[in-house]
Amino acid sequence: MKVKLENLTKRWGHVYAAHDINLEINDGEFVAFLGPSGCGKTTTLLLIAGIYKPTAGRILFDERVMNQVPPKNRNIGMVFQSYALYPHMTVYENLVFPMKLKRTPPAVMKERARRVAEMLGIGQLLDRRPGQLSGGQQQRVALGRALTKQPDLLLFDEPLSNLDARLRLSMRAEIKRLQMDLGITAIYVTHDQVEAMTMADRVAVMKDGRLQAYCPPDELYDRPRTLFIAGFVGNPPMNFLEVEVVQRDGVYHALRAGFDLPLSAERGKQAAGRGSVILGVRPEDVMIAEEGITGEVYVVEPLGRDDLIDVRIGDVHVHALADPNRRCRVGDRVHLRFNTQKIQLFDPKTEQSLLWT
Amino acid sequence: MSESASTARALEVGKMRRLQEKTSLRSLLSPLLFMAPAIVLVVVFFFIPVVIVLVISLTDMSTATGFNNWKWVQFDNYSRIATHPNTLPVLRNTLMYVALTLSLFNVGMALVIALLTTHIPRRSGFLFRALWLLPRLTPSVVYIMMWKYVAADAPYGILNQHLLGPLGIPPTNWLPAQPWFFVILTNGFIGASFGMVIFTSAIESIHRDYMVAALVDGCSLWQRIRYVILPLIRWPLLFVTTYQTLSLLTSFEQILLLTEGQFGTEVWSLWAYQRALSNYWGNFQWGFGAALAAVLVLIGVVMALVYMRYFQFNQLVHEPKIEAL
Ligand SMILES: Nc1ncnc2c1ncn2[C@@H]1O[C@H](COP(=O)(O)OP(=O)(O)O)[C@@H](O)[C@H]1O
Ligand SMILES: [Mg+2]
Repeated sequence: MKVKLENLTKRWGHVYAAHDINLEINDGEFVAFLGPSGCGKTTTLLLIAGIYKPTAGRILFDERVMNQVPPKNRNIGMVFQSYALYPHMTVYENLVFPMKLKRTPPAVMKERARRVAEMLGIGQLLDRRPGQLSGGQQQRVALGRALTKQPDLLLFDEPLSNLDARLRLSMRAEIKRLQMDLGITAIYVTHDQVEAMTMADRVAVMKDGRLQAYCPPDELYDRPRTLFIAGFVGNPPMNFLEVEVVQRDGVYHALRAGFDLPLSAERGKQAAGRGSVILGVRPEDVMIAEEGITGEVYVVEPLGRDDLIDVRIGDVHVHALADPNRRCRVGDRVHLRFNTQKIQLFDPKTEQSLLWT
Repeated sequence: MSESASTARALEVGKMRRLQEKTSLRSLLSPLLFMAPAIVLVVVFFFIPVVIVLVISLTDMSTATGFNNWKWVQFDNYSRIATHPNTLPVLRNTLMYVALTLSLFNVGMALVIALLTTHIPRRSGFLFRALWLLPRLTPSVVYIMMWKYVAADAPYGILNQHLLGPLGIPPTNWLPAQPWFFVILTNGFIGASFGMVIFTSAIESIHRDYMVAALVDGCSLWQRIRYVILPLIRWPLLFVTTYQTLSLLTSFEQILLLTEGQFGTEVWSLWAYQRALSNYWGNFQWGFGAALAAVLVLIGVVMALVYMRYFQFNQLVHEPKIEAL
């Protein structure tokens, strides 16, 4: 089923939880809503589920306007961070509850619950109550409850946030796999960019109720259209420096005190003559080298595969990823080389990218 | 091995044993210590009065005998109750009064108000509940006087003059005409606010995800109440039902003020009160009144046990979260 949001807006008093959101989700697509806490992800999800009524705008499933359709007629499956399994029902009763409300024949109900339970590996838990299950098991049951009704749309609201790191990793893969196999359109809300980037076909980045970007994960990473996206996506986060870009002898340079970086012509010319601009570069595109911009090692954070080196250049700090074998130490004088093909440039006032529109 | 070493070991063992004895004594004492304030309160204000009532109920103590000339009469008072012509009608009245007020108002209406006011905008819900608390805040005497004015005999009375009169219903003295209607209404309006407050807070503390999940799973509002909300507030339901049963069994001041037990509205606690503390003839029959009260206590205990059984109380209490001391 296709989902389309048109100018979708929800206001609580003076707060816009969702502000003029436009996006389209294709049949069978997996879309992540990504953004910091309080940016309106849950609200948007609940608007789609029909729990909240939009202040303005429309919600369409395929070609049908859904604004007035009550939640029970939207055929949606939803999974919550808190699991929200009914504590007074057994696992089996939880699984069949949506079907029972739809008056599904008992034989069909039983068969579907059995299939879903088998698929999720919870067949041996059917007689237990949610209180007797571990967090991971509860989340599987919650997923099962969303699936047994054979929904047209799956909604996830930070479903893995309460699980431990290892379980999160395996559930992530499993949810992705299930969604692909079943081909159900899915919307997945998360504040964890790794989840969004790894699972989704497209990511919708939200901030203060507004849609900041809606594109595939790699585009989000390589061509961030706003300063917010550049800073929010990627771990460790992107470095930002205030610089001025000038042309000298046909070459563009990004300049600030103690910092002179030659830029490629096609990037440099977008920022030249604009006065102060913001230069962004990811730590993996900054290397410790034999020559280049000089700085002093301020902090070394071993991450295992790499060391994250905080280098002080004049009054700013730049993070670089370095080979642990280099054995950088606090106080060392080092040189930094930048991958100029990956440099981002932003207008400091509008916070829009100067490279991508 | 030298002698001094083995002596030292013996000393060590002795010390440990003493330590163990001390800890086991302490592990016995400290729970008691923690519970002491509650125990003292319960014993002084609940347990001892019950014992006193039971003891007095075995005597013929009254204003006539005074505190000096009474004597033990064993179970005379109880056999008098068993054969008293008032016993059956009063018992029937009491059961009807408790059952109707409880189901229609103290639990029924309370639940309806709580559910309604949690399904409308918060502010309106709050305002409505605040209004419903007014009868409880009004002094009983004033509150009942207002009801008496509502029901007063023709040509007075709000019912006669303003509500039913204009509809062409002939005026009458409403209180004797429909005594139970007014007894239950006056008590119920006050009684409902207790359950209303408890149920509202219980409903509002249900995690929002359950409420959303139920709707997404396909519940109508009514089905959500039936399959999700009510099961999740089973414990407050048990509490209010039990507590209000007991408090209705023993409450009589509204009835006393409204009808004084006339028009066939005498209930057990009012009977006990009138016998023991407010006898028309000036002879307060403390012994007989105490026996009546004791019977009421017995009925209350039985009812409480039945409720606990019915609601499977044991399943509702969790294991303590703290390990034993
Ligand atoms: N029922 C509500 N009433 C009033 N304000 C709300 C309500 N739900 C959410 N908000 C506000 O809307 C904003 C977005 O909230 P939410 O959608 O829960 O964010 P997220 O899920 O991204 O953390 C927040 O500022 C929040 O305080
Ligand atoms: Mg949220």
